[in-house]
Amino acid sequence: MKVRILVSFKDSVLDPQGQTVKNALHTLGYDAIRDVRQGKVFEIDLAGVSRAEAEKIVPEISDKVLANPIIEKFAWQIIEE
Amino acid sequence: MKFGVVAFPGSNCDFDTFYAFHDVMKQPTVWLWHKDHSLKDVDCVVLPGGFSYGDYLRSGAIARFSPLMQEVREFAAKGGLVLGICNGFQVLLELGLLPGAMLRNQHLKFLCRFVSIRLENARTRFTHKGRTGQVLRIPIAHFDGNYFAPPEMLEEIEANGQVVFRYADAEGRLTEEANVNGSLHGIAGLTNRMGNVMGMMPHPERASETLLGSADGRVIFESLISRF
Repeated sequence: MKVRILVSFKDSVLDPQGQTVKNALHTLGYDAIRDVRQGKVFEIDLAGVSRAEAEKIVPEISDKVLANPIIEKFAWQIIEE
Repeated sequence: MKFGVVAFPGSNCDFDTFYAFHDVMKQPTVWLWHKDHSLKDVDCVVLPGGFSYGDYLRSGAIARFSPLMQEVREFAAKGGLVLGICNGFQVLLELGLLPGAMLRNQHLKFLCRFVSIRLENARTRFTHKGRTGQVLRIPIAHFDGNYFAPPEMLEEIEANGQVVFRYADAEGRLTEEANVNGSLHGIAGLTNRMGNVMGMMPHPERASETLLGSADGRVIFESLISRF
């Protein structure tokens, strides 16, 4: 099973890199862009794991390692059964 | 006072730090390798600056899983002295020995320069040879030193007097301009609640001899060495 985990800054945390990307896009004339938040994507291949087990493992590793819960949040989905 | 300097793969201030304790301060100093399981009976563990594990994932995020860091965690819980400098500070935050986290510097620049920091609390084990309000000139060299803590955490840190250093101008004024990396409350260094663990972004080892442009960093080393 393959899962995709998206780690990004919490809404309450300023994202200076996202801000810079937004400013660059504005410079190019994309005025409709209101905000940009930058994050990290992890694609993880899990061997011999059921959906229920993935639902336990993925949040665990996200909280422990992939994201720093003080500043970041995560979302995930199964991309391949 | 026996010091131990921890070396991770990617540490690059480890030799400077070792030199500051061993050669400048003339203290018994030993190397601690990140794969070791023993702290070799040191009185103070020092986590030096650098880019442990290439700063992969987040600064300090991987180093915290080193076997030695589990020993450091227990050592700190028993009241052992731990000093984290720059990347060492980031490791202590990731390890949870200090509260908060580091974000990228607000103007997205790697900052390598002398800064002035104001000593906010001279009643700590790390600063008692200085005086509160004293301005120290010590260099910084980091990309991720923009200190962040959620409001409740920040309030608690301030209320407990855990903030040890803030970025300031040469006169000790806390201006927006002096807060070079955008840290909340201008925080450049802080201790844990117990006061036995301190992290700081500026590099005192790079300001340990006048030949280096400043010897202001010695106040931290002298505080550690002398009786509290």
